[in-house]
Amino acid sequence: MKATVLVRPKPGILDPQGEAVGSALGHLGFEVSDTRVGKVIDLEVEAADATAAKALVEKMCERLLANPLIESYEVEIVG
Amino acid sequence: MGSPQPRIGVVTYPGSQDDRDALWALAALDAEAVSVWHEERELPDVDAVVLPGGFSYGDYLRCGAIARFSPATAAVCEFAEAGGFVLGICNGFQVLCEAGLLPGALLRNESLRFVCRDVPLTVERNDLPFTTRCTAGGRLVLPVKHGDGRYLPPPDLDPAQVVLRYLENPNGSVGGIAGVCNEAGNVMGLMPHPEHAVDPLLGSDDGALLLASLVDAARERVLAAI
Repeated sequence: MKATVLVRPKPGILDPQGEAVGSALGHLGFEVSDTRVGKVIDLEVEAADATAAKALVEKMCERLLANPLIESYEVEIVG
Repeated sequence: MGSPQPRIGVVTYPGSQDDRDALWALAALDAEAVSVWHEERELPDVDAVVLPGGFSYGDYLRCGAIARFSPATAAVCEFAEAGGFVLGICNGFQVLCEAGLLPGALLRNESLRFVCRDVPLTVERNDLPFTTRCTAGGRLVLPVKHGDGRYLPPPDLDPAQVVLRYLENPNGSVGGIAGVCNEAGNVMGLMPHPEHAVDPLLGSDDGALLLASLVDAARERVLAAI
């Protein structure tokens, strides 16, 4: 099963990368605010169904893919 | 009885860069410095361990995130849990945070720039195996060289765990924190590089105060075991 993990800097965590990207968009004439930069991790897992796959990938997030002090994560099973 | 020479291990991960400087500095400070390869599941018979700077495993995902799972890191965790002295420098500090041996996390510098310069620091406490040769409230000058050095403490960090603070904050670390220890005081991490500052020819020998403190503490362990 294919899964997509979105890892984001937690609210309140200073994200200078997001600020730099937001400021660059501003220079291009786009009006944006509160730009934040995270990560996308795509992977494939062996699992009986989508619920089992999600539980498995969430375990991966807790152990490695995200650092709970600074990042939140979201798992999407894409089939 | 003569003064025994303590053995201090320095772990080399793929991507470590400062392991040889750490080995050289510890040997110059009269320790027997031994290299520990990251695949080793057991540490050799050592009295202290140093995790060096660099970019272990390419710093992929997050700095130190992959190194945390290497066999040698598991052995270092066991060593630390048994009370062994562990010092993490720069990337080694990041590994110790990821491994949960130290509180907090290290994030991208606020400026987004890699910083590489000597910085002045204050020593908050000199009762640790890493700081006994320093003066509490005293000043050290050590080089920093990192892109991800902004320390973020957990909300419940005990202020007594802060060991070093920047006098000129180079990376946006919360509270200017440059180095912290665990609650027990046997594990410490810092972003500045004491191993690059053990000879006045290199601009500062203040790093020798920290590393020689560790050598002293390791030697005391040897004497206690005799």
